[in-house]
Formats: sequence, C-alpha cells, structure tokens
Amino acid sequence: MPRINSPAELEELRKGILSKRDQNKPCITLCSGTACNASGSGEIAASIQEEIKKQGLSAEVDFRRTGCHGFCERGPIIVIHPEEICYLQIQPKDVPEIISLTMKEKKVIERLLYTDPNTNAKIIHESEIPFYKNQERLVLGSNGRIDPKSIDDYLALGGYSALAKVLSQMTSEQVLEEVKKSNLRGRGGGGFPAGRKWEECRNAPGEIKYVVVNADEGDPGAYMNRAELEGNPHMVLEGLTIGAYAIGSHEGYIYVRQEYPLAVENVGIAIKQAEEYGFLGENILGSGFDFTIKVHQGAGAFVSGESSALMTAIEGRVGEPRPKYIHTAIKGIWDRPTNLNNVETWAFVPQIINKGVDWFTSIGTAGSKGTKVFSLVGKVNNTGLVEVPMGTTLRKIIFDIGGGIPAGKKFKAVQTGGPSGGCIPEAHLDMKVDFDELTKAGSMMGSGGMIVMDEDTCMVDVARYFLDFLSDESCGKCVPCREGIRQMLKILSNISKGKGRDGDIELLEGLSEVTRDASLCALGKSAPNPVLSTIRYFRPEYEAHIREKRCPAYFCKELISYYIDPKKCQACMICLRQCPGGVIAGGKNQIHVIDQEKCTKCGTCFEVCPPRFGAVKKISGEPVPSPVPEEARIIVRESKEK
Amino acid sequence: MSEILLQIDGREVKAKEGKTILEAAQSVGILIPTLCHHEKLEPYGACRICTVEAETRGRTNLVAACCYPIEENLVVRTRSEKVDKIRKMLLELMLAHAPEAGALQDLAQEYGASKAHFEKEPSFCILCGLCVRYCTEVKKKNAIGFVDRGARREVIFIPEIALKECPSCRECFPLCPTCVLQAKFVLTQALVPTLATKEKGKAESVTISDNGEDSSS
Repeated sequence: MPRINSPAELEELRKGILSKRDQNKPCITLCSGTACNASGSGEIAASIQEEIKKQGLSAEVDFRRTGCHGFCERGPIIVIHPEEICYLQIQPKDVPEIISLTMKEKKVIERLLYTDPNTNAKIIHESEIPFYKNQERLVLGSNGRIDPKSIDDYLALGGYSALAKVLSQMTSEQVLEEVKKSNLRGRGGGGFPAGRKWEECRNAPGEIKYVVVNADEGDPGAYMNRAELEGNPHMVLEGLTIGAYAIGSHEGYIYVRQEYPLAVENVGIAIKQAEEYGFLGENILGSGFDFTIKVHQGAGAFVSGESSALMTAIEGRVGEPRPKYIHTAIKGIWDRPTNLNNVETWAFVPQIINKGVDWFTSIGTAGSKGTKVFSLVGKVNNTGLVEVPMGTTLRKIIFDIGGGIPAGKKFKAVQTGGPSGGCIPEAHLDMKVDFDELTKAGSMMGSGGMIVMDEDTCMVDVARYFLDFLSDESCGKCVPCREGIRQMLKILSNISKGKGRDGDIELLEGLSEVTRDASLCALGKSAPNPVLSTIRYFRPEYEAHIREKRCPAYFCKELISYYIDPKKCQACMICLRQCPGGVIAGGKNQIHVIDQEKCTKCGTCFEVCPPRFGAVKKISGEPVPSPVPEEARIIVRESKEK
Repeated sequence: MSEILLQIDGREVKAKEGKTILEAAQSVGILIPTLCHHEKLEPYGACRICTVEAETRGRTNLVAACCYPIEENLVVRTRSEKVDKIRKMLLELMLAHAPEAGALQDLAQEYGASKAHFEKEPSFCILCGLCVRYCTEVKKKNAIGFVDRGARREVIFIPEIALKECPSCRECFPLCPTCVLQAKFVLTQALVPTLATKEKGKAESVTISDNGEDSSS
C-alpha cells in the first residue's frame, strides 16, 4: 500500500480504485454479519467461490462478503448487483442454481425472493421490500456494499474524504462548530449533545486528551453497534479521527467487548490498513496532525458501558463507576480530559462533514436530528436492524417495517432502551420516537434496543426479568443500586409466584425512588424504569397478581393451571402420550385428566391438543374444577352416520 | 488555593477550593452522617448515607457530600424530607444484612429506620469497603478485596497475603462498622489450615470479640 500524503493523492488513489472497477460488472454480495455467519454464511461463501470457478465465471463475476444487511430474520442474504436482486434465507444447496440461472442466464429464482405476506407478490429488489423501503439508512446503508476487511471498498464509496476535507480546509474550531450546529446527540443512551461534550473536552486544561469509542453494547437483544463496527469499521475510525482533530487529542481508544470477535477482528484490520495508507499515525495526509487508535477489549460487564466505569477499565482496573461531579470530559482516563461517544455517534461525523449541517438537521425532529438505528426484536415478524429518521412513529417501525406481530397475536407493549428503559403500551403506538418523547413516556432511547411484546407477555415478569439482569450486572459498589435492586427483584419474584402482598406496589415505588435518586451512576439511576413504567401502564396486571393470584397473560407458572375440559376431550391420546411427566390419566375412549399435584406446567398438552377439540385450557386465578369421577370418564361415541 | 463561599443549612461557610461538601460542613461542625468515609482514604461514595441536597445555578441535585467538590454560591441542605427519606431507606436496606450493627442502629434511631422493613439476609457486611481501601491505599498490602459483582459482591481476605500480613497489622478490624471483619479473618485462618500452620510461628492468636457475630457464612 502506498502512503497517502495529501488530499490530492487520496483523490488519485480513489480514482485508481474506481478505474479498476466496472460498475456494471455482476457482483454477488453475501451478508456476513454475526447473525448470518451463525446461520451458515461461511459455508455459502465457500460454495459460491467454488461454483463461480466451476462454472467458469471467475472473470465475469465478483464476489464480496459484506457486513450486516439488517434483515436478520431472513438471513443469510444475497444481493446481486447491479440489478439488486435480493435472495433470502439462502442455503448452500441453492448456490449452484443461483450461479447457473441468475448469473449466467439472468433469470430470477422465484422461490428465493421475498414474498409479501399480504399480497403474496414476489419482490425482486432489496430496496422494494417493505422492511427496507420504509427505512432511511445513513449509517447502515454502506454495510451491504462493502467488505469490511477492505479499505479500498470504503475508499471507493468516498471514504476518508471527510477527513481530508477537515485536515486541509477546516480549522479545528470550524469542525467543532459544524458538529455543534448539527445538534448531533449521543446515540449511546443519554442523548447529550456531542458538540457540547467535545467543546468541554477541548477547553479542559491538559496537554494529553483522549477520544474513545464506546462499543460496550450490552443490552439484551440489542446489536446495532456490533453491526456498525463489524460492518463498516472505517466509518467509525474516520469519525473518531475527525473528532480527535476538533478536540485536540492524539490518542484514541475503541472499547469493544470481547464477545464481539468479528468486530474486534474487523476493527483491528481496519486500523492496520488506515495506518498503512497514512490515515492514522503521524502527519496524517500531510497535515501535521498525529493520531493513533488502540483497541481495548472489555471483559463483558454491562456496567462498563457507563462512561466512568469504562474509563476505569481502560486504566486496567475493575470497571466500576466513580462519581462524575467533575465530568469525564475534564477528568477521564488517568484524570485526563476524555471524550467518549457511542459507535453510532462517531459514525455520523464523516457524513455531517461531507453533506453539511443543513442536510443533517433537515432529518429528524426539532430536538433530535438525523436517523437512529434500532434493534427490533422480540414478538415481531421482521426482526433485524432498522434505521429510521428520528420522529418515526412506533407503529411504523413495528408494523410497517417490522411486519407486525407473528401468529395473529395482539401487540401489548414495546420495551425500548434496554434494561434501563421502560415498556410503552399500545396507546402510545403513534408516538414519534425521539430522545425527548421516549423520556416523557417513562422510557428512554438507550442505545436503541426495541423489544416487542405480544399479549402472552406478563408485564410483572418483564420487570422481574430486567431487574434480574441488573442485579447480576450492577457492579455492587453503592447501596441503593445493589440493595435496592435486590429488594425490588425479591418483591417482583414473590408477586409472580403468587406471594405478593398488599403494599408491594407502594414499596416498589418507594424503592424505585431511592434507587433513582441516590445511586452513584446511571445504571442505578435508571434501573427502576422497567418497574415504574410497567406499574404506570399495567397497574391492574400487578393488582391481579397480588390480590387475585391471577396472571392475566397466563404466563407466571405458579399462578396458572392446565385443565382438560371433560366436555370437549375426545380421548385422542395425543396429550397423554406427549406429556413429558406422564401425569395425564386416561385411555382410549376415556376422558383425560391431568394430575394437578404432579403437573410441571410445561404447557405441552395445551400446545398439542388439536385446535378442533380445544379441550386443554389454561386457567389462572380460579380453582381447578375437580376431576370427573373415574366411572364417568368413558366416552360413548354416537354413531358415525349422524 | 482560593477560598470558596457557600451556604450549608442556611449558614455561610468558607472553605478552600477542592474541598468536598462533607469537609466544608465538618469544618464548621455541621454533622453529615457517613459510613464508608474515612479521612485517610480517597472519597468513595458507596454508602450514599451522606446524600444531601445541593443547589447550584437554580437546580437542586441529590449528591454524595463525601465526593461533591464545593463551588461558589452552592447552597447545601443536609436535612430535608427527601434526604431523610433516602437515608431511612438506605439504613433499612443495610439493616437487612447487619441488623445488630451499632453504627447502623444509632443512625436508625435518628431516621426512624426499622430493621424489620426488609427480610433479614444476614451477611453482616454492608460492603462499605473501608477494610479493602485501607489495606490498599494506606497499608498497600492488598490482603483483602472485593469479589464478584452486583448482589453477589462480597469482601474476602486473600489467604496467601492475609495470613502473612494481617496477624501483625489488624488495623482494619476497628474500622469495620459492623464488626464482622475479625470474624471473617478467623474464618479465613480456619479454612486454610496449611497456610495457617506455615505462618503460625509469626501469628498471634486472634480472639473473637463477643459482639455476637461469630460467623460470616
């Protein structure tokens, strides 16, 4: 690799790369993000390479393994350029056909296309699939077009031109002003204006300053930062370098959890490539500006995503938060000014520089600009990564993009912001999602997790689940967080086991208040959100558990029973045979009866009972009817002629 | 260092820049309760019992007095309905672990905290970390440390170091607000017989004080 010493040389390099590439040459791109890798992307890649060779297309067809395309529900995904034909849920056995039919004969293979569930129409192009059509993919857009291990792919799309512009045409003050004017808010949770944080760090006294990428994503169900870092690492590096220039920092860290091996690998390769071209290191692009980046691997603690804990961890100590009455922008790593932003925040910076503040502020709401990537998971048809302008309604995200709730179930709530966020009920589906609206609804943006829940979800159990997570993930340093969560978890567990008492809701509220007000860091301060938001919107559900010992969602095992309706049981023997505990009595022509004493409430009988009989019932909050006496269990079938 | 003028409980207080609210209050004899604070140690901010209301630039925040650096025109209220409510519940949360600890009982009386509010879970330790930090910061021996995190966090002696260093030091024992530390040490000795024998020559016998807490398991 040649060293690039000026913006002009960068332009030459880009032209060189583009001149070797024919935009019209067929190219197969295969999603190779972590999710698709887990569903066999590696094997498919091997077989694509083999088939291309076998069918003699090596010279005519390019093949590229890209980052995450986002439609993880239907991976592995192949997109064939330039036509943009999109094939979903590919298996290795499909590959020979794709090469021979689509690549050689230009024929589309119908069965691999997306089928619209409403119209049954087949959709050929990726951008026309409803999941993608309703998105605006500023951050994720390039993921499907570049091989994250190739800096040339990034350069071909104009990569590092923002850095060149900044270093050759702008002063560091001008860069800072641009970011401030853009009103870019931190994508990691709090939504603090990035420009103001940069300014505080820039103005803080001290020669040595640090800039850090927070890639310690740890919310259950959230993986947008992983996809961003592993799918397009150079975009993050470029943003970080621009930030360093604006702040006056010469050392950067990427704090990434070691559970993200592909992100660690790809960002490591990216740093090396950028160093070789001279986009990192000394005298970047001949500007005299020096900047280096180190990768720091986290050991998998949720609390280490908190800024002061993260910085303590970088110092080599246990990742525990410390008081931040003096901001980390002034006293951060080793007490030096440190600017920490989320992966996604940094990723926006090159685009803001290239396309300008007016473009960026034209997207989004008054208080929240740009787009936001959400990790849409749970009880929703199209799970995956969704990027939409701030201000998009929950309904559009969950129903238009997410395709609604599977199996015809009813939507109940969506949990946003991870364990520190809250549950938002159906009445708020038309809420325009941005930082402030989510906070108003008792939840938060967090890093962008969105867990959809259907009618079968028990909200008491949801609160219990998140508190259980937090009791494990709290560092345990301060009393309100450690002990407050411990007691809230105990109460919630008791309620879901039918041991709730009058006054429990008030006690939960009291504990929530103290935990929120007195905890040392944001983990503790926001830990009560799942409890408070579920009480706020689903109080009757709590009351049913406590007073009637009833779980309205029929979820909490201790509060439900399975019962076979003797009038409906056809003695078909299906549930009797499948019961893993062998606790269903009965036989041919004999009504089946569950032994309530021995039943483990696994629900198998309920699932296997043929819908046309519908004999197995779930009951909660009422006694199980006593079984039919044995002598009355014989079914006398009426003659078939009738 | 310049002097800073602030207000604590309605009194004008002057203190040096860099001091904490707690230090400024102490300098004029205003009492703020503490459990994890020690003048020889770095501010830690774990027990939160020193939570006070701090008003600055028109905004009131609840802050830990032991960590919050004073600033010009800061208005501090060391007692208020909110502050008392927080302290009461924090004490009740700690009393679940160490119901008989003297330091907690005195405060419990002041704030009306009941040791029966939460189900007892006697670990006898409130994880104030005085022992751990004293050993690290003052003695520089690291013979005692925290293990695990969240609700499972606990303090343990590291036998290999403790059995060598502790018999002749034991300076952390009287720091323990719940008097559980000595018992923990005896237990460590008992559980690591081979190491204990090796060090026996140097070790003095340690007797358990009769405050009723003779086991940490």
